[in-house]
Amino acid sequence: MAGTAWSDRLRNLTGRRAGTTPVADPLVADLQQALSADRVHDSGVHRALMKKDASVFTGGVSGPLCYPETTEEVQAIMRIAERHDRAVVPRGAGTGLAGGAIPLGAPIVIAATRMNRIVDVDLDDRVAWVEPGVVNLDLTRHLQPLGFHFAPDPSSQQVCTIGGNVANNSGGPHCLAYGVTNAHVVALEVVLPSGEALMLGGLDAEPLGYDLRGAFVGSEGTLGFTTKVAVTITPNAPAVRTLLLSFDTIRDAANTVGAIIADGIVPAALEVMDQRITEAVENYVGAGYPTDAGAVLLAEVDGLADGIAIDADRIGEIGRAHGAIDVRQAATEEERALLWKGRKTAFGAIAQIAPDYYLHDTVVPRAKLADVLDEVYAIAERHDVLVMNVFHAGDGNLHPLLVFDARIEGKLDAVHAAGSEILAASVAAGGVLSGEHGIGVEKQAYMDQMFTDDDMDHQGRLRRAFDPVCRANPGKVLPMGHSCADIAALRSVPSEVWG
Amino acid sequence: MSPLLAVDDPVLLSFADEVGASGPVAAAGRRTRWERGGALHPDTRLVTAPTGIVAYSPAEMTAQVRAGTSVEEFHLALAEHGQRSALPERGGTVGGAIAVGENAASSLGRGRVRTAVLQIRYVSAEGRMVSGGGPTVKNVTGFDLPRLMVGSLGTLGLFAEAIIRTNPIPEVSVWLRSDDANPFAVPTTVLKPSAILWDGDQTWVELEGHRIDVVSEQGRLGAIGSFREADGPPALPHHRWSLRPAELASLDRAATGAFVASVGTGTVWATNPAPPRSLDLGVAALTERMKHEFDPTGRLNPGRSVATA
Repeated sequence: MAGTAWSDRLRNLTGRRAGTTPVADPLVADLQQALSADRVHDSGVHRALMKKDASVFTGGVSGPLCYPETTEEVQAIMRIAERHDRAVVPRGAGTGLAGGAIPLGAPIVIAATRMNRIVDVDLDDRVAWVEPGVVNLDLTRHLQPLGFHFAPDPSSQQVCTIGGNVANNSGGPHCLAYGVTNAHVVALEVVLPSGEALMLGGLDAEPLGYDLRGAFVGSEGTLGFTTKVAVTITPNAPAVRTLLLSFDTIRDAANTVGAIIADGIVPAALEVMDQRITEAVENYVGAGYPTDAGAVLLAEVDGLADGIAIDADRIGEIGRAHGAIDVRQAATEEERALLWKGRKTAFGAIAQIAPDYYLHDTVVPRAKLADVLDEVYAIAERHDVLVMNVFHAGDGNLHPLLVFDARIEGKLDAVHAAGSEILAASVAAGGVLSGEHGIGVEKQAYMDQMFTDDDMDHQGRLRRAFDPVCRANPGKVLPMGHSCADIAALRSVPSEVWG
Repeated sequence: MSPLLAVDDPVLLSFADEVGASGPVAAAGRRTRWERGGALHPDTRLVTAPTGIVAYSPAEMTAQVRAGTSVEEFHLALAEHGQRSALPERGGTVGGAIAVGENAASSLGRGRVRTAVLQIRYVSAEGRMVSGGGPTVKNVTGFDLPRLMVGSLGTLGLFAEAIIRTNPIPEVSVWLRSDDANPFAVPTTVLKPSAILWDGDQTWVELEGHRIDVVSEQGRLGAIGSFREADGPPALPHHRWSLRPAELASLDRAATGAFVASVGTGTVWATNPAPPRSLDLGVAALTERMKHEFDPTGRLNPGRSVATA
């Protein structure tokens, strides 16, 4: 196991690359007949576009790209894939950071793009039925006039899709109080790799049977394709207060977070940014963050006006007791919106500093935040990599951001090596490999730091029940050897097809 | 270095040995829901899960507890630090609460069992100790075994230990009762009621939070009916129905008998048993495949099935 040689490992997985123009492919012909010629793309350009997602990983090899519009079309694609013994990979907006959407073994890529309808908003049951290609923020914008929103709010919410949120069990700053995607999915219509369409879960209080809906959420596209989702809609809070606390050191900010939770307050969000990222954000959007502080803590409480005033005051007191040098509350909605714009565009702000970044995603117990952050800075320094920290502190979800220029020889390897040590430090502190980005191809090789062979064997059993031949998104999540027929699926690419 | 979730607790390992790798076996808790999922095969050997709270960190809002511990004992330990959990207090054990997966009557405020289990440890059909999930409050590492295990009635593994998410006990908690309020107006009148219960005539609402918020919410409820403080929730009839929240408005006592319905969740406690439910064919087949993957010889809780629960 190593953080290096990712591209070598992926190259081994992805079969041969002939470098030639594809010959007329019966697979493509079947897909075009099932959908339509203009919704199945097989050109080199289209395939090249699907090779990557928002992660740093390369080495993906895509097969034909399909844009189904109905559940029946997804079923047809699955049956064609089975007939041609080809893998399939679901794709939302491609914003994943763990390489979960990278096609391995020239699979059929099933894009959710054209399944983007908000089918129904059911105020009596307080759910919205949506297709997988609906953009997260579009759903919330649709619900706002009705007095509701969709609670998970990943930083990529302006582009990421609900189908992708389901696949990754996505989080976001406001999941501290409201829970991640799994808590908000009540029913799922999915198409299994066999082509069978099933409804998992239900709108009733305690649906009969195993919680297959819960097992499906966060499975990173390895169990099938989501064609429709019933998500809970959350009432908008009548009042909200947003505080900005400044500290000399990130340790003080981290310790304040632990103290707030220990005090019995569960804020809507608790986000920390270190000085480097705060400076970058200020240069980028001018959100009003202090650039001379060692770290800032963005704390938000929502609910009823009187109660959150008490919580906001208490958060200020706790902050001051833990070394806050300044505490201010956003006085207007505009000021609040600007602070959040700064937080949510933090990753875009990095472009001023270096062309590439690698965003990590571990979770540690809140009490260990300060110590693990110290280690993260030390690790980055040892590897001569610039690190910035912007993270969901309230639930201990670290997001060390390694900023670099991939054109510099050896830099990406140094970034991977540093990342590997950050993972090890997080797990050693009693934490986990991923809080919200998933495992994808990024962290498969580290799964044995958390899980025993028996544990991973049982995860593989869950997968096999849905997908006995591992046709859906092979080569992801579980390390090779723990994942049924992954290897067979990846080797099944006809050699004449690929370029 | 051994993996983070490797089990070295001799108490758990000894439980795994006791479950062993052959012969029909089931774990008995307090048997408060012993009839769920069908009658156990008569020659099934019964084991009891280990007890005790292994670790509790109020500041992390997590507690590691062995499955045989009673929910009451668990909650007493949490209450010492001003916390509680989503597990229902109905006389059973932590493992039983997870295996059955029923939510508390106040689940709007306390949360649901399915989101409360962060990590689960169980003995597999092969007698191996298996862990799923992880110790932190947020985690998407690997496939979600804890979700699969909640409500599985011990048919996929026998629970040994879990890490449960805890929550702060609010400053104030009051039950209110009204004879004339429309229960379905409550969710749009108050922001976060912890429970809304309705027996067809009377409505009970549990309000929790800062005292000042509870008082103001109580005032808002006055607009939809006359509410008075109550000692607590009504007694809940024995049988449990699972309906859509929107279906509650058309509940018929001729079918349910006397009932208490949880507005906002769809759970109904009724004197009449719920009509039998069945899984769609495809889901039933997937359920069977899941059972076969985890318990190929059918030795765990033989006779019980989640498909008939």
